[in-house]
Amino acid sequence: MITSLAEVSPEKKASLFQRQFGRFGGCYMPELLLQSLEQLLEDYSRLKDDNSFQEKLKQTLCHYAGRPTPLTEVKRFSQAISGPKVYLKREDLLHTGAHKLNNALGQCLLAQHTGKKRIIAETGAGQHGVATATACAYLGLDCVVYMGEVDIKRQAPNVKKMKLLGADVRSVFNGSATLKDAINEALRDWTNNFENTHYCLGSALGPHPYPQIVEDFQRVIGEEVQKQVIDYGFTQPDLLIACVGGGSNAIGLFAPFLENSQIQMVGVEAGGEGVDTSRHAARFATGRPGVLHGCYTYLLQNEDGQVLPTHSISAGLDYPAVGPHHAQLFEEGRVSYQAVTDKECLQAFRLLAQSEGIIPALESSHALAYLIKIAPQLAKDCRVVVNLSGSGQKDLPQVLPLLEKELS
Amino acid sequence: MNTIEETFHTQRAFVAYFCAGDGGNDYSIEAALALEKGGVNILELGVPFSDPVADGFVIQEAAQRSLSGGTNLSDVLAIAQEIRKQSSIPIILFSYYNPLLQGGEAFYKAASQAGVNGILVVDLPPEEAGTHRLYLERYQLSGIFLVTPSTPSQRLEELGNAGAGFIYYVCRKGTTGVKTDLPSDYEEEIIRLKKYISLPIATGFGISTKEQAARALAGKADGFVVGSAFVRAMGEKASSEELCQLAQSLDPR
Ligand SMILES: Cc1ncc(COP(=O)(O)O)c(C=O)c1O
Repeated sequence: MITSLAEVSPEKKASLFQRQFGRFGGCYMPELLLQSLEQLLEDYSRLKDDNSFQEKLKQTLCHYAGRPTPLTEVKRFSQAISGPKVYLKREDLLHTGAHKLNNALGQCLLAQHTGKKRIIAETGAGQHGVATATACAYLGLDCVVYMGEVDIKRQAPNVKKMKLLGADVRSVFNGSATLKDAINEALRDWTNNFENTHYCLGSALGPHPYPQIVEDFQRVIGEEVQKQVIDYGFTQPDLLIACVGGGSNAIGLFAPFLENSQIQMVGVEAGGEGVDTSRHAARFATGRPGVLHGCYTYLLQNEDGQVLPTHSISAGLDYPAVGPHHAQLFEEGRVSYQAVTDKECLQAFRLLAQSEGIIPALESSHALAYLIKIAPQLAKDCRVVVNLSGSGQKDLPQVLPLLEKELS
Repeated sequence: MNTIEETFHTQRAFVAYFCAGDGGNDYSIEAALALEKGGVNILELGVPFSDPVADGFVIQEAAQRSLSGGTNLSDVLAIAQEIRKQSSIPIILFSYYNPLLQGGEAFYKAASQAGVNGILVVDLPPEEAGTHRLYLERYQLSGIFLVTPSTPSQRLEELGNAGAGFIYYVCRKGTTGVKTDLPSDYEEEIIRLKKYISLPIATGFGISTKEQAARALAGKADGFVVGSAFVRAMGEKASSEELCQLAQSLDPR
């Protein structure tokens, strides 16, 4: 007879193993970390309903991080693509230049409230690393950031920033030396140090309760958009577009709108050199469900369940799995997931810079590139909100040589 | 074939872990037989995985070597089957969940047919293991679960009831690897475990010397596990004689 442990003690472990996202999510973690995750769930559940904590977070986001971020109508860009009405949610203008700070501040405040003085984080593009290092400097916490060696090379400015902010940046050489390997290493650190350390996971993925925590901290993006569209004279957008790495900026924009079935949503993945090649990170195009980093979700893997190497021009999208809420939204058909290539991303990068004076992150450029592709099919009065998840400042050393080659 | 239970009845267990396919299929088979000759009486055959979050550097490297060498799930089962032909030692697959999940029911069936006795999954808490346990039961495989120093007492009891064969005691925090000593409160911990768990208990994580193994057993564990020390030797292509001697040199029984 198979009795599930939840049946044996219903009141105890049930919550950590309750599925949040249909059949996706879960908590597939070594026994060593379960107590820490349980504690995190308990602490978070308490602080989520704690007015003074929420007020402190709100004040910090407002007076330190610079929220609300603007919603900018970009008419010249729209004209250039013969497109609809386009509004950019300007997370690039958030302190540190990307949406990642919403989550990092939230989690570091949580850690501070629960007495954890050491913070560890993984980072791909370096944005989450910079955000965490920033939050730690602001709150007086110790910070260790794991980063794949490949990413350290392609996101050099962010590495220097993290160090300046006082973080200990540790290079990860194992595996593909990118984001997934940085997460592996952060998890290993956590199993050694969970008593005094909070793992500040950077995207809406990983074991429960992380996907929920990160989504909740990023939800502010969509909530602001709900209010800001009114200034432009309408009550709701028709289409939302965001890039999807782990999925935090996308779910942050989408979440408050999910109930409204009139609003269409597209998540854009990294098509790399094409989804028909082996060099991409389009989980929904060629992946299938599996377990990585503690959750059951869409995953790029071979027949044996070995995780496949990925490729994207943008470090922040270069990850073989995707947040479990997106897996659910994909299967329910609520959100459509599309891929654009490195090349399309670069074109969008340049077009936004030249038509609007805004340099988008390579990650965010994927969302723009998809809009460029479908623009001709959209009605001129269609109102599209694109999440400009971050600034392209960090990408210049990588992108400028590529663009120069193309321009000459 | 000896069952896990019989093995613990006869003698305290010396469990050896190594990563299947590291150095080639034939080398894995030779190594298993050599370790048995050196006193090992339960074998944990590691299924190499691309993202082994619970493992330290030594086993990470071995998994990567094995996968780069082309080891797949059928190779792992072929290795188990060949060992089974030549030996009656209990074989436990030590795996991460995703390969098993992708292998599905067919994999459990094939594992059972190959002569595997049990499966231990590092990243699969029993609460997530409904399907896994169904297949274990269907193909008469033992489900080995892990407990740790931070596992609360009530949960020890639950895990003890959920498991079969033996309980793997991860005696310290952190990842696998070679450490210099057992934690200072090791003996008290075993007493705590024994209060709640009736299955035999094998202590592992970081044991790499005879002294540590002796203390693991003297503290009243029913067995001890050596992993990284063997994996390291195999990474240096230790011969059968060397592996046999290494096992003997670590065995305090
Ligand atoms: C600017 C920016 N956008 C998007 C992402 C992708 O992450 P997510 O999908 O969690 O938003 C990153 C990740 O580093 C990023 O830096």
